[in-house]
Amino acid sequence: MNETAKAISDRFTERFGDHVTVGATLAGITTLDVGVDDWQEVCRALRDDDDFCFDQLTDLCGVDYLGYGLSEWETDDASQEGFSRGVEALGPGRFKWSERPEAGNVQQRFAVVAHLLSYRHNQRLRLRCFAPDEGLPVVPTLVDIWSSANWYEREAFDMFGIVFEGHPDLRRILTDYGFTGHPFRKDFPLIGNVEVRYDEQKGRVVYEPVSIEPRVTVPRVLREDSRYKTDDVDLAADAQAEEAAAQGADDNG
Amino acid sequence: MAEIQNYTMNFGPQHPAAHGVLRLVLEMDGETVVRADPHIGLLHRATEKLAESKPFNHSIGYLDRLDYMSMMCNEHAYVRAIEQLLGIEPPPRAQYIRTMFDELTRFSNHLLWIAACGIDLGAMTVFLYCFREREMVMDMYEAVSGARMHAAYYRPGGVYRDLPESVPLYKETRWTKGKDLKRRNEWREGSLLDFIEAFARDVPSKIDEYETLLTDNRIWKQRTVGIGVVSPDKAVQMGYTGVMLRGSGVEWDLRKKQPYAMYDQVDFDVPVGVSGDCYDRYLCRVEELRQSAKIILQCVDWLKKNPGHVMLKNFKVIPPTREEMKDDMEAMIHHFKLFTEGYAVPEGETYAAVEAPKGEFGCYMVSDGANKPFRAHFRAPGFAHLSSMNELASGHMLADAVAIISTMDLVFGEVDR
Repeated sequence: MNETAKAISDRFTERFGDHVTVGATLAGITTLDVGVDDWQEVCRALRDDDDFCFDQLTDLCGVDYLGYGLSEWETDDASQEGFSRGVEALGPGRFKWSERPEAGNVQQRFAVVAHLLSYRHNQRLRLRCFAPDEGLPVVPTLVDIWSSANWYEREAFDMFGIVFEGHPDLRRILTDYGFTGHPFRKDFPLIGNVEVRYDEQKGRVVYEPVSIEPRVTVPRVLREDSRYKTDDVDLAADAQAEEAAAQGADDNG
Repeated sequence: MAEIQNYTMNFGPQHPAAHGVLRLVLEMDGETVVRADPHIGLLHRATEKLAESKPFNHSIGYLDRLDYMSMMCNEHAYVRAIEQLLGIEPPPRAQYIRTMFDELTRFSNHLLWIAACGIDLGAMTVFLYCFREREMVMDMYEAVSGARMHAAYYRPGGVYRDLPESVPLYKETRWTKGKDLKRRNEWREGSLLDFIEAFARDVPSKIDEYETLLTDNRIWKQRTVGIGVVSPDKAVQMGYTGVMLRGSGVEWDLRKKQPYAMYDQVDFDVPVGVSGDCYDRYLCRVEELRQSAKIILQCVDWLKKNPGHVMLKNFKVIPPTREEMKDDMEAMIHHFKLFTEGYAVPEGETYAAVEAPKGEFGCYMVSDGANKPFRAHFRAPGFAHLSSMNELASGHMLADAVAIISTMDLVFGEVDR
């Protein structure tokens, strides 16, 4: 894992050319964006080429990018609405079925993200593939390449409704028998859709629409101010503060 | 001649050997399993979706409840993901505490595994022996965090507080008194570190006791040797990690290969199996118990010699102490902002993995710059292991399916999330 980000990026560009877009590297893991048409081909090459040798698919999951980068409380500018801005906004977890956000025509909404691991090179890699159609997201399956993809793809199908073309057994996996909808989509309310209870008159368990109110008290806030910079100047200041605190402790003790 | 058909059998979800809420639909030919179809999700609590609606720190408690047998290891993966996105590194003392508690967690997990696996395969006694030691690990959890199981002890930037100077003692009761009381309290007279040290020094002799009960036991071997064999290639292909992978002879341990916390500072060995059957996985886990004790002792030694901070002094992420708030306006503001809003994590995505007792527990996190994760996904080792159930169990007897489920070390909190 000692290669520099530049070297890694060059390696992938050299091998795959226009078929992949090399993204950011963080904590030794590079992101590769792969088109839906090249998905299987690139994955097969990543597994079989001696340079890559990613023999394990460690993890695969879906991501719904609806509402990415939207906050419930605008912090850049003052407004006349006061605190209600933070209370009334309908971000994740705060809306009912009747108030669901319109998904509209969001480009690049659903993605499949896979994490690969190469035992030989001790390296990880993240692959991302956006499904082209938001109404019916379809991505080719990876089951023929890594058999561990089987259940991960079933989970992504269950939670996000991403259809994996060619999957041998694409059933729901985590949700209840007879469940409708895809719960991890951003437009699915956190309160869920049905609740169950035992009905004494009927003598059996009955399903009813949920009666609970959504309740998320902390608004979602995006901050891009200087507080969250972690550059050298800040770190030096922190180190100084820590030193001073340590000295203070010594004086007291 | 009459036509003989296979029949379908339902195993679980309320079955003592189903380790929680596994429902297996088995297609049987006589007593032989032809096809196994696990139905999971009965414990699905949508942890990943809940995390999206909460500030980062609020979800730490949920992580304990994923794999509820290895609580702190789950927290470790989660806080490491946040730390990577924030670009912070906890102080060394916190790292050593994490290493020590990860190993204590591994210890308690493997003890429970030996105990439960023993019961599944008809060995009752070992259960009682294991729980005797496991209780002490629970006490250590309680001493450090206040909770026996769901600790919520790790935080981004360190651990919640330093190790306590004293450990609660047993009080005299009608049943615990005199010599018995003295024996029980003997190790607990000093600090928590003294308690842990006494425990870790003594525990190899206890591991010998478990081994006397199982390792050469004829019935135990009959039930495990040659059952559920996985070849190294298959293990990699099916996404195995942890002992399931090492039992098949693949030498791979994140603590050695991609070290985190202080694992590159401590000396330990990684046991690797040969034949990849249930018995080898048992042997690996027993040896890991011994190695954990070794790591714990090294951590205790370092922690005794090196006092210091267990949290970063970065008030953007970590709340200031009550004392600091009394005479510092800035600290007061930080405190208010942290507890009403939390901290915003820079935009980006990361994957942090730890070698949890069951295998690789990973946390994939996407942040869009908000005070809540945009998407958090937890990679549970048990999920990948269970997905190969059909391949492993087909052709075995029904009773062996129990042995296979058992050595996968499943906990449905993490499989279903």
